[in-house]
Amino acid sequence: MFTSTPYDMHHRLPDLPENTDWPRLVDGYRHMALIRTFDKKAVNLQRTGKLGTYASCLGAEAIAVAGGMALHDDDVFVPYYRDHATQYLRGVPLHLILQYWGGDERGNAFPADTPAARDLPNCVPIATQLTQAAGIATKAKLGHEQAAVLATCGDGATSRGDFHEALNVAGVWQLPLVVMVNNNQWAISVPRSLQTASDTIAQKAVAAGIEGFQVDGNDLPALLEALDYALDKARHGKGATLIEAVSYRLSDHTTADDAGRYRKASDLHAAWQREPVARLRQALADAGHWDAEQEKQWLTDCQQQVDGAVETYLNQPPQLPTDMLDYLYAELPEALKAQRQRLLQQQPGGHHA
Amino acid sequence: MHSAQPHPDTSVPLNLLEAVNQALRHAMEADDKVVVLGEDIATNGGVFRATEGLKETFGFRRVMDTPLAENLIAGLAVGMASQGLKPVAEIQFMGFIYAALEQLISHAARLRNRTRGRLSCPLVIRAPFGGGIHAPEHHSESTEALFAHIPGLRVVIPSSPARAYGLLRAAIACPDPVLFLEPKRLYRLQRLPVELEDEPLPLDRCFTLRAGEDVSLISWGAMIHETLTAAEQLAAEGIKAEVIDVATLNPLDRDTLIATASKTGRVVIVHEAPHNAGFGAEIAATLASDALMHLLAPIERVTGYDCPMPYFAMEQHYMPSVERIVAAAKKTLEY
Repeated sequence: MFTSTPYDMHHRLPDLPENTDWPRLVDGYRHMALIRTFDKKAVNLQRTGKLGTYASCLGAEAIAVAGGMALHDDDVFVPYYRDHATQYLRGVPLHLILQYWGGDERGNAFPADTPAARDLPNCVPIATQLTQAAGIATKAKLGHEQAAVLATCGDGATSRGDFHEALNVAGVWQLPLVVMVNNNQWAISVPRSLQTASDTIAQKAVAAGIEGFQVDGNDLPALLEALDYALDKARHGKGATLIEAVSYRLSDHTTADDAGRYRKASDLHAAWQREPVARLRQALADAGHWDAEQEKQWLTDCQQQVDGAVETYLNQPPQLPTDMLDYLYAELPEALKAQRQRLLQQQPGGHHA
Repeated sequence: MHSAQPHPDTSVPLNLLEAVNQALRHAMEADDKVVVLGEDIATNGGVFRATEGLKETFGFRRVMDTPLAENLIAGLAVGMASQGLKPVAEIQFMGFIYAALEQLISHAARLRNRTRGRLSCPLVIRAPFGGGIHAPEHHSESTEALFAHIPGLRVVIPSSPARAYGLLRAAIACPDPVLFLEPKRLYRLQRLPVELEDEPLPLDRCFTLRAGEDVSLISWGAMIHETLTAAEQLAAEGIKAEVIDVATLNPLDRDTLIATASKTGRVVIVHEAPHNAGFGAEIAATLASDALMHLLAPIERVTGYDCPMPYFAMEQHYMPSVERIVAAAKKTLEY
C-alpha cells in the first residue's frame, strides 16, 4: 500500500510521483529543519546547565513532523517524550517545550486556544499513555465525534502490558485510535532484538485484530501517506491502526546517557547516511522545490526562532513554591492549608503570608 | 428499590450495595458525562450486583464491560477523565487493583498538578475491600494505606448505606480523582434509611457516630460495625465512648480527630489492615503531635496482624474483634 519500505532499503527517498503535494512537503521540510535546530540548541542548553535532562529527537524529525501535520485540530495527540515537533505543530510554543525539560510544570500548560489544549503532556512511564489514549478514543466514539487519537511510543514500549492492552481494547471496541511506534532500534541501551522475537512490531496488530504495517520512519512523504490513511480511517469509524515507523536513534537516549557504551560507531555512521532531514532536502532539491539559497535563509530563520524561544524560556519568572500544592486538587483541601502556610514561611523573607 | 415505600421523611431502606447502585443510577441520570466501566458490570450487573440494571437503563455506551485487565480499566478511565468524561470504574476486588497502581499514582493523581490545571482527572475507582465474607485468596485485603499515601488521590470509605450513597454521589461530582473503597462485609448486612435526594456528603470530614467523654474509638469501613458494638458494651459498663468514622482518609480531617482526642484524652484506633505502617499510624502520629498535652494514656491500635490476609479458614483470628476493641479501651482507661 505504501510506497516506502523500511529505511535500510534506501539511502535516498524513493522517487516521488508527479502529483506529489510539493508545498506540503516543503512545509514538512521546514518543520524538520526547525526542530533539528531546536534540538541541537536544547542539548547545548543542557550541557551548559540551563536545561535539565533532555530527550533528543535527532533522527525522529520525520515521524514527529508527520504526526503534527496529519492530525486535525479536533483530533487528540498523546505523546511519549520524543515528540517535540508534533507538540510544536499542535501549537505548543518552543519556549514551553524548553520549560518542561527545564523542570517546570508550566511547560505542560499548553495554550488554550490551540489544538494542543486537550492533548496529554509527555509521558515518561513507558507505554502508560497508550491505555489512556484508548480511553480518549472511547470518549470520541461515544460522543460520535469525527475525531481520531494519535498516540506514540518507542520500540521498548511494545514490551509492556499497556501496549497490548490498548491495542486489544481498540480492536474489541473498534476505537478511532492510531498507535505509532517509533522503532528507533534502542530502548536506552537495549536493542530491538532483545525486546521481541517478532519479525516486526507491526505484526503485533494481528493478535489484536487490527490493521498494522511498517513504514519508513525516515521518509516524510511515506509517513504522511500512512498517517493520513490511518487517521482518516479512525475518524470514519473504521477502526484502529498500528504503525511501526522504522528509524534509527541518532542521539543518546537522553543527555544523561552515553550511547558509545553500547552502540557501534559503524552502525551510527551507516544510520546517518539515511537520516530523514537530508533525505527530504535532497528529494526536494532534485525535484526543483528547494535550493541552497532557500536552505541558507531558512536555517537563519530557524536559528532566530530558536534563539527567541530560548530567551523567552530563560526569562520566565520562577513559579511560586505554593504552586506545588495549589494545582493538586480543584480546591486546596483544609488538610493542606497548614502545609501551604509552612511552605510560605520557609521562603526567604517568608512572612508575607 | 424504587418500589420500596418511602418513609415519611422521604428516606428509603437500602442496604449498602443498593445504596451504591442507587448512587450510580442517580449520578448517571443527573449528568450524561458519567459512564461506568469494569469487568462483568454490564450484562451481569457486577459480581456483587452493584451495577445491576444500569445497562438496561443507560445502554452499553455508558455501561461498558471491559476486557479483563485492571491496568487497562484505570488507563481508560484516566484518558476519559482527561477529556471531561466522569468515568466510574469498578475494580472487582481490591486484591486485583495493584495492576492499576501505576495509572493511579503516576497519572490520575498528578494530571491536574503537572498540567497546572489545564487538564484534570475526575474519575472514581470503586473497589470492594476487606475480609469476613469467606472469600477466596486475594479477595479480602485492606490496603487503603497504600492509597492514602498518594498525594492528589482522594480515598473515601463509607460505613453505612446512607454514607455510601452520599459519599459516592459526592465522589462522582468531585473534580478530583477518588478511590472509593466499599466494605463488602457490609454490602448486605442490614437495610437502613437512606435520604436519596440529600446534598452530597463532604469528602473531607470525619463523621461522629456516637458522642462520649471517656474514650475515643476511631475507625472506618466495616470495622465501624465492631467499633459501634464495642461502644455499646462499654456503655453497659458505664463507659462513654465517642465513635469517629474517619470516612475520608485523604485528605484527612485532622481537626475532628484532634478535637475528640483532646476531649476524651484516650484513643483507640481500629482497622482491619495490618499494623505496621497502617493508616492508624498516621492518625496516632497526628494526635501525638497535636493533642499530646490532652492525652491521658498511650494511644492504642487494634489492627490486623503483620501478615498477609489469611485464607478464610483462619480469618476470624486475624480480624479485630469486639473483645479486642473493648479490652484496648479499658487499657487506656486503666492506664
